[in-house]
Amino acid sequence: MSKFLSYFRVKHLPHIWCPGCGHGTVVGALVRAIDKVGLKKEKTVIVSGIGCSSRAPGYLDFDTLHTTHGRALAFATGVKLSRPELNVIVITGDGDLAAIGGNHLIHAARRNIDITTVCFNNSIYGMTSGQYSPLTPLGSYATTSPYGSLDRPFDLSALVAAAGAPYVGRATTYHVTLLIDLIAEALTIKGFSFVEAITQCPTYFGRKNKMGDAVRMLDYFKENSVNVKALDRLPPEERENKIVIGRLMKKEAPEYAESYLDLVDRLRSQGGDGR
Amino acid sequence: MSGRVRLLQGNEACVEGALRAGLKFYAGYPITPSTEIAELLAERLPKAGGVFIQMEDEIGSIAAVIGASLAGLKSMTATSGPGFSLMQENIGYAAMAEVPCVIVNVQRMGPSTGLPTSPAQGDVMQARWGCHGDHPVVVLCPSSVEETFHLTISAFDISEALRIPVILLSDEVIAHMRERVVLPEGDIPVRSRPRPTVPPEEYLPYDSSFGDVPPMASFGDGYRFHVTGLSHDESGFPVGPGKTTGCLMKRLLGKVESRRKDLVNLSEEYTDDAEILVFSYGSPARSALRAVRLAREEGIKAGFLKTSTLWPFPSEELAERARKARFIIVPEMNSGQIRGEVERSLRWDIPVIPVGRLDGELMTPSEVLSAIREAAGRV
Ligand SMILES: Cc1ncc(C[n+]2csc(CCOP(=O)(O)OP(=O)(O)O)c2C)c(N)n1
Repeated sequence: MSKFLSYFRVKHLPHIWCPGCGHGTVVGALVRAIDKVGLKKEKTVIVSGIGCSSRAPGYLDFDTLHTTHGRALAFATGVKLSRPELNVIVITGDGDLAAIGGNHLIHAARRNIDITTVCFNNSIYGMTSGQYSPLTPLGSYATTSPYGSLDRPFDLSALVAAAGAPYVGRATTYHVTLLIDLIAEALTIKGFSFVEAITQCPTYFGRKNKMGDAVRMLDYFKENSVNVKALDRLPPEERENKIVIGRLMKKEAPEYAESYLDLVDRLRSQGGDGR
Repeated sequence: MSGRVRLLQGNEACVEGALRAGLKFYAGYPITPSTEIAELLAERLPKAGGVFIQMEDEIGSIAAVIGASLAGLKSMTATSGPGFSLMQENIGYAAMAEVPCVIVNVQRMGPSTGLPTSPAQGDVMQARWGCHGDHPVVVLCPSSVEETFHLTISAFDISEALRIPVILLSDEVIAHMRERVVLPEGDIPVRSRPRPTVPPEEYLPYDSSFGDVPPMASFGDGYRFHVTGLSHDESGFPVGPGKTTGCLMKRLLGKVESRRKDLVNLSEEYTDDAEILVFSYGSPARSALRAVRLAREEGIKAGFLKTSTLWPFPSEELAERARKARFIIVPEMNSGQIRGEVERSLRWDIPVIPVGRLDGELMTPSEVLSAIREAAGRV
């Protein structure tokens, strides 16, 4: 364990998260992935928005930037373009990323800027104590959906892939090894890489939806997930409502910061006006 | 001053000033009447090894600007009313987290979409108080193309020296008119943020023991520091209500307040014996000066006072120059936003006559002159 502790600002622990919250599991996976691919602490910037999940950077011993609600990717874009040699990681929640920050998300994916985004998807607004988010399943209860949510949720990973991201993966806090592997692979991708980490919020989502404690919620993830590689083998009617996990997208695409640097080089080699 | 003579538009002069000040990062979203700034920088910045990016909106633009500044680059965005409204939350973030950045707002007539291609000065209070919470900000207001060049440089200098957002509040007249400008030759001295002198393990990003502007490291330089918009202590980590938050707020506001005198930037003509003082800023200052000269020809003791620093407001300086005045005329292209500030500065001792325009037309000298004449009749 001590090896991973070196990535934490131990002085600032314990964290603010509720008992049973899955956010710590995702942070644990992120740190193990960072360790696995060997990112240097001095050359890695972790950026977040606002929410329970977005508090994670404060506990991590890197250059860390806790921004405004929904805007982490836009701040991170400024960091990455200014210092392309740095590894830039965004930590965000489902509300932060898919509601208020949705525009920045699709545009970061479209641009294909080299940022790894890990979304802590607990299907609820945790920080503001349990309102429905764009990832809350249809019919689920939240403080603002007392009769069950009428809002259809996004398939966030499909959205990011459709917006152009060359790398997309999804895992849950039950599938920790897979989660570590996906984040690690995402960190090695030159381009916009996205990992959706499905995590439990027993306090606000679990309780309202009678899902039981954290262990029961993890059991639910276990029983209702299917790896994308095994999806074909399921009869179509059983595929519905399954959490599809695994690597969902991997392709090549020109990266934005690199293209920009190429442009600068081209203009400078032409000298003078450069037109 | 020796230099190169150019015929430039206000927005072009802003770009020249920004590049001379060391601008290395621009993020923006197109909006009239500021767009030329983005278009020019899209061409110039990559050639200068800097970064230009057109973001998906103005919220993203100011966010990227702040991120770039934290990574060590002098950064700027430019917009107009609707975009300026969208930026407010993150302008407050820059103030709270002490991230230098320059925001250009080329004012157009509003509210809402208003008159996109017409001038106004309806954002002067928003520039000071637009984002929630008490916060420090400096607002500079050019009244000529050449002044746009110089004030853009000042905006960067002040922003870097104090680690605050600085707003250059231009307007459609100044932004789009073309004038003779003398661009100084060679390097001009410019300021950069204070840098840490201690090793990373001793670095505290909000350490005020070096003065009220803490040294600022950049991301990626090995300092591994935390930045948040939450109330924080000198280490940059969140704190709750109480003494630390109180001290933080006091220091943030004090950065501007304690330098008020250095930041004030007034020009004056015929103020010594003026009985009728015209106090102006931005493009109406041009009409004001002309009106004052015409009034003098008519034998009216009119005086001209123009402020280039709108916030902090030059209250004491104005009161001092107004001692002999019987009337103060305040021409502005809004419903009297600065008039109230003038009255407050003079403690309601001297009658203040507003000359307002809300129709998107520019302020004419004859409008100001008739106000002067009317006041003269009452002197
Ligand atoms: C502009 C703005 N609107 C609203 C809020 C209030 N707010 C804080 S966190 C949050 C939602 C967080 O939910 P999510 O992103 O899913 O993260 P979680 O807390 O569940 O980890 C909201 C609405 C805010 N801080 N700023």
